[in-house]
Amino acid sequence: MGTKTIENIEGQFEMFQILNENGEIVNEEAMPELSDEQLQELMRRMVYTRILDQRSISLNRQGRLGFYAPTAGQEASQLGSQFALDKEDWILPGYRDVPQIIWHGLPLYKAFLFSRGHFVGNQADGLNVLSPQIIIGAQITQTAGVALGLKKKGKKNVAITYTGDGGASQGDFYEGMNFAGAYAAPAIFVVQNNRFAISVPVEKQSAAKTIAQKAVAAGIQGVQVDGMDVLAVYKAVTDARERAINGEGPTLIETMTYRYGPHTMAGDDPTRYRSEDLDSEWEKKDPIVRFRKYLESKNLWSEEKENEVVDNAKDEIKAAIKKADGTPKQKVTDLISNMYEELPQNLREQYEEYSAKESK
Amino acid sequence: MAQMTMIQAITDAMRTELKNDENVLVFGEDVGQNGGVFRATEGLQKEFGEDRVFDTPLAESGIGGMSIGLALTGFRPVPEVQFFGFVYEVMDAISGQMARLRYRSGGSFHAPITVRSPFGGGVKTPELHADSLEGLMAQQPGLKVVIPSNPYDAKGLLISAIRDNDPVIFLEHMKLYRSFRQEVPEEEYTIEIGKAEVKREGTDITIVTYGAMVQASLKAAEELEKNDISAEVIDLRTVSPLDIDTIIASVEKTNRAIVVQEAQKQAGIAANVVAEINDRAILSLEAPVLRVAAPDTVFAFSAAEDVWLPDHTDIIEKATQVVNF
Repeated sequence: MGTKTIENIEGQFEMFQILNENGEIVNEEAMPELSDEQLQELMRRMVYTRILDQRSISLNRQGRLGFYAPTAGQEASQLGSQFALDKEDWILPGYRDVPQIIWHGLPLYKAFLFSRGHFVGNQADGLNVLSPQIIIGAQITQTAGVALGLKKKGKKNVAITYTGDGGASQGDFYEGMNFAGAYAAPAIFVVQNNRFAISVPVEKQSAAKTIAQKAVAAGIQGVQVDGMDVLAVYKAVTDARERAINGEGPTLIETMTYRYGPHTMAGDDPTRYRSEDLDSEWEKKDPIVRFRKYLESKNLWSEEKENEVVDNAKDEIKAAIKKADGTPKQKVTDLISNMYEELPQNLREQYEEYSAKESK
Repeated sequence: MAQMTMIQAITDAMRTELKNDENVLVFGEDVGQNGGVFRATEGLQKEFGEDRVFDTPLAESGIGGMSIGLALTGFRPVPEVQFFGFVYEVMDAISGQMARLRYRSGGSFHAPITVRSPFGGGVKTPELHADSLEGLMAQQPGLKVVIPSNPYDAKGLLISAIRDNDPVIFLEHMKLYRSFRQEVPEEEYTIEIGKAEVKREGTDITIVTYGAMVQASLKAAEELEKNDISAEVIDLRTVSPLDIDTIIASVEKTNRAIVVQEAQKQAGIAANVVAEINDRAILSLEAPVLRVAAPDTVFAFSAAEDVWLPDHTDIIEKATQVVNF
């Protein structure tokens, strides 16, 4: 009892890994069932998303994109988890989780419009995705609700949500897990622990040694996964998904990862709070490098293949930016129109006022 | 027709919509088995089952967030915030999230959620139960804020709120729950959200009010009549959006107005009504539009409620002042 209880609990949250830093399978029995084509597709998506990140940063610096939260380093965590989903599953993303909703079907130009602060970028067009949540943790209680709704409707689908190590300190984080647990709702809570909430290190967020163990308090399954290992992330989410749709309740998944870039492109300087040593330690764990090694050892990947993906990504990004540029500018009347199903008198009057101004 | 208290009319409205629409869900703290701390959901779990009428863990933010998630999957949630003073715990889910869902998603999603909650002074609650916080809600674009003043309106307005495809904050004054009965039809009917009602016609002054202050204003109007002052009383019923046309038509007739609210004077609904009258009918006015409101302190400790809350004598005083201006 007493101090031993917490030690016993913490000791049980060992990091789950399948593919080590050298691209070697270290956990053969956990290896997910993926065809060669699926393995190649996972690699393609990670390479593509790394290019997208580089281009987005550059476009932001040119003033051609707005709000942008860099994703490099987190590809395995973001894309391995999304790859385990069914098209009808719901994604409730945090602000850095644009790649997941792109691979769930959001057209690239819409991701750029979201970055620019254009409402068309937030329109879901029938996809089961919300736009990235800005309030840290607000999406987590909503996920419990989506999951409960799916269960009540008898759907064999899940709701997955993402936050970071800082998000795991929010009350909504616990409330969301606790609600989903209480109703055995098919939810998956992914905490991408990239070690820093903007600048505050994870050690200062909590006395808990792992975030995964916070699942225990909510009475749900919790697992810590190597977030730089796309196979481990995929497997953990696949298992969580299966339990969820079988009525066995939600799962908390902590993915151990790292963002190479700044928090966002709005002036954050990571050298103020991270050492070069730590950066290089994590760059050695790179998800793309290790997966490339693994695929090359199986003759499933080559430099030509990779160049093809890079060229294709660049072409598609260029086309998407062009399409975003061609989207009509927002008007105040657009904003007014999306406030209510039927406009009340104050907005009807303001609609008239602004249409007159906008037609000049 | 049956004689009902306001709480019975509210239960009846939920029963009606639970019957009409299988996507209506009613939930909150103590809402299921116990039927709610005020018995607003009495018998509903038994009648409709635990799948549709259910208890939640004790966490208001969780209740608000879960409501949004349920709405996204096609449900029409009717969550209860046990007392509206607890709304601070769920402010993000209400103002940051459900109010913005339609706007944020460019119309892809909407939040047909009715947040029901008791509030209001005069029942000697502990702190943070009775506060009139409708002004906070009315400040938030994307919400509608409804406050019934009697059993008949409560049923018709709540049915409209539940059927509304945008989020409605439905505030139930605790003092009105069981203070009087009224004829309430057993069949369904709706009262349009955003429409005020002229409760009493008059020619000398307009009293614009809502909630429990409607009864106080009607009582004041009777007293004023004895002094040959004919007061028109308007029950806003919806405080956001305001029924500006009804207010302005009345002020143009009486040329004088006061606005009565139980909430503190600062900011709030009454200030907004005064501003609208200034914008639209200032040349009709024979006197300044004054407000009757509670003082700008935190809601009174329960033993001081009687001296703190506005009552009919305050209304008579202000109305007389305006008429004699």
